[in-house]
Amino acid sequence: MNTARVPDKTTRRFSLTKTLRESPVAQGLFLMGPTNTYLIVFMVIPLILVTVLSFMSRGTYGEVVYKFNIESYIRLFDPLYAKILGYSLLVGFLTTVLSLVIGYPMAYYIARAPARQRSLLLFLILLPFWTNFIIRIYAWIMILRSSGFLNSFLQWIGVIHEPLNILYTPTAVLIGMVYEFLPFMVLPLYTSLEKIENAQLEAAADLGAPPWKAFLRVTLPLSVPGMIAGTILVFIPAMGMFVVPDLMGGAKTMLIGNVIRNQFLTARDWPFGAAASMLLMLLTMVFTLYYTRKAGFGEELLI
Amino acid sequence: MSDFAVELRDIVKIFPTPEGGQVKAVDHVTIHIKQGEFFSLLGPSGCGKTTSLRLLAGFEWPTDGEVYINGKLMGRTPPYLRPVNTVFQSYALFQHMTVFQNVAFGLEMEKVPKAEIARRVNEALEMVKLTGMGRRKPKQLSGGQQQRVALARALVKRPEVLLLDEPLGALDLKLRKEMQLELKALQEQVGITFVYVTHDQEEALTMSDRIAVMSKGKALQIGLPVEIYERPNCRFVADFIGETNFLTGTVKRVSKDKVAVFIPALSTEIDGIGHGSFSVGQNVAVSVRPEKIRLADDDGKPVSGLRGTENLLRGKVVTTAYIGSDTRVDLDLGNNVRLRAWEQNDISTLDPEAYYADGDAVRIYLPYENTLVLPEDAT
Amino acid sequence: MSEKKPALWLRIYTFLVYAYIYIPILILIIFSFNKQKLNIRWEGFTLQWYEKLFNDHQVLLATRNTLLIAVISTLVATVIGTMAALALQRYHFPGYGASETLMYIPIVIPEVVMGISLLAFFSLIKFQLGLATITLSHIAFNIPFVALVVRARLHGFDKSIEEASMDLGANELTTFWRVTLPTIMPGVLSGAMLALTLSLDDYVITYFTAGPGSTTLPLRIFSMVRFTVTPEVNALSALWVAVVFVILFISEYAQRRRA
Repeated sequence: MNTARVPDKTTRRFSLTKTLRESPVAQGLFLMGPTNTYLIVFMVIPLILVTVLSFMSRGTYGEVVYKFNIESYIRLFDPLYAKILGYSLLVGFLTTVLSLVIGYPMAYYIARAPARQRSLLLFLILLPFWTNFIIRIYAWIMILRSSGFLNSFLQWIGVIHEPLNILYTPTAVLIGMVYEFLPFMVLPLYTSLEKIENAQLEAAADLGAPPWKAFLRVTLPLSVPGMIAGTILVFIPAMGMFVVPDLMGGAKTMLIGNVIRNQFLTARDWPFGAAASMLLMLLTMVFTLYYTRKAGFGEELLI
Repeated sequence: MSDFAVELRDIVKIFPTPEGGQVKAVDHVTIHIKQGEFFSLLGPSGCGKTTSLRLLAGFEWPTDGEVYINGKLMGRTPPYLRPVNTVFQSYALFQHMTVFQNVAFGLEMEKVPKAEIARRVNEALEMVKLTGMGRRKPKQLSGGQQQRVALARALVKRPEVLLLDEPLGALDLKLRKEMQLELKALQEQVGITFVYVTHDQEEALTMSDRIAVMSKGKALQIGLPVEIYERPNCRFVADFIGETNFLTGTVKRVSKDKVAVFIPALSTEIDGIGHGSFSVGQNVAVSVRPEKIRLADDDGKPVSGLRGTENLLRGKVVTTAYIGSDTRVDLDLGNNVRLRAWEQNDISTLDPEAYYADGDAVRIYLPYENTLVLPEDAT
Repeated sequence: MSEKKPALWLRIYTFLVYAYIYIPILILIIFSFNKQKLNIRWEGFTLQWYEKLFNDHQVLLATRNTLLIAVISTLVATVIGTMAALALQRYHFPGYGASETLMYIPIVIPEVVMGISLLAFFSLIKFQLGLATITLSHIAFNIPFVALVVRARLHGFDKSIEEASMDLGANELTTFWRVTLPTIMPGVLSGAMLALTLSLDDYVITYFTAGPGSTTLPLRIFSMVRFTVTPEVNALSALWVAVVFVILFISEYAQRRRA
């Protein structure tokens, strides 16, 4: 019997399929390759471009002048923009808090519902959100207009005599924003509430805690991961939102998203718009880093 | 057709660890498995038995050494080109396919015509006593049934060697014992070489023609069940298989058929038989299985049935455990030396005097041919 | 969580929140049948707005565009995203951490920023804005979402069925096609559904990457809402809602049947 090693014929030539077959590292790279390539081209490069743009300046006719300067950033310190930034943060904050306050009891209810009902209840929350975003805003415009449904209804039953001016105020914007972001808060809250074992609450009761205390000292703290995930999912997009303020807020409510949009499409001051974007990105990154360090990415809470 | 169904020649398998180091899962193992044998790889977790099996299946390639199946060098041949099939520990049934489709899968890969597939699949299902279950999905079957499907799926391809990776691990005790007998009968019926991985030594002893006891990547001893049990070649094997007592000592004299060992703790010398060569002064472990020890009251009366070549020790009974078929007696020989003896209850009496009581002084006879002298380290 | 009956106030509250969510849509639908233009009083049942809708050239074009973009971007993103999920869940390779971070950026980044950066990019390379740019942009934000969903479903995937498949004679490609893919299919379909939804619904990124003549339904609805107040929008909305409901019920039914 020939006990010498049989030479491996295929090592003479490099074969792609052979390498893929035999090396897990090659397989991993092969599978990850398209994503990496695509995102580098269509995301990393554009973002680098924006960064570069923020240091350029605007020419007389709206074209980009390639000269390094930080004028755009200096402009951002103008009190006008500081106000807008502050406003954006406020809106983001209020939206988050309101959706948390409104959404928490709802998440609680669903988490305590019988198992069969739960998926149905969740489904019902999501259902309207399968329709188009703009449609939903339009529905609210219809309702909140001076000649809209709400006013007509209230006048009809005699509660008020003159139409309320709701639309095109910050209040309207908030109503719209909360409407949009509610599911993003309810779902993570539900997920973390649902994980709380019944046994823990029973233990609390057994040790003498009345229901409200058990809630405060057991349920609430245990639902914090859900609150954090929900906050991340609401605050960041809310800050950068421009559609809702645009449609429901009128000229009075300008958020940072509106500024960016205007600079790029109306005023054609791309460098300034880029600088504003960088600011928004910075806020986003700071917020994300701070919260994910606290609670992990929480992707398991995203269904 | 080679003499051997399977050959592992000086196999080494090294894995990189996540921390950046290396672990030698298989350390220079050489095993020759004969045609039609039921061969077990036996050992505790991490001993390299599963890795060795996977090397045969083709899921891993050896870092060094060669794998031969029926005389053919396997090299880096992928699993789907090897004439072996595996029954997985987790069964690995295809959940999205029916039982029939699962079993037929391998035949589809061989491009067997549909009519023949149907015939062979039904044959296989009959063989594992699952006739009529073809249309069910794995989810709908019990653990034992799923295991049979895994078996049928592998056997239907008529492999040259069947590899089984702890297939009975997930079953409850009663079912496991039943399946052990069934698998053995099946192997005899079909005549295929079985390579069986398990950590259960009783299982290995029951089913195997030959066993390889493995530990820490090495094959410590390969032999018939009776060889492994009665003539273990090292302390680990003696300890792992069945129950045994150990006494530590040093070699005093080596002769043609006996080895004399001095036991410091008992300040006495005992004779035993040794596997391999020993040198005077070498540290050894002396192994005596509990069922081999004869006990007698220390009252001077002669004991029948002895040959006269036994080692005689003295001690006191600490506790006894009456099992019905035998009595397990814990003995204290002084100086912290404890032995366990199993006395078969071959008399039928209810007289308490006939059984050893706590505190009794006894004579302990260790037949020298059952007193095994073993090296302290594994060979 | 405990299954005791929750307090009455909690049930009422939840009901009210559901009402808050559903009433706007219901009103929308109801008034799409209203004869009167201004949406205040009910004047009578009519289908005239629906008729107008079906004759609206722009809307039909926008619908076609939206569907085209959604289908193409979903297909591409699902394939690429599933591959990425497999890579991240089962392999180790140099650059793993960076790849993972890179992939999650589109999820965390504000849509406005992504939109304008793509706009800047396309003008830099002088790629004319149109359906192609919209599709390319949609693929970019769809890939991470698909990967996320598929990855979550890959948890607990038993690799030994792939080994079993190869053991039985199937090579790597056949194993993937006959065993791996069918097993992960529910997750892949979930991911695809998510991508489809995100694409159909997208306004912001589409807004920045669309060119003249390449309008989509969300964009069209936006301009209709902004500039006109015809119940045609109601009709369009109602139809959209109806189509979505039908699709959802079909998929629920299909899931039930498979189970």
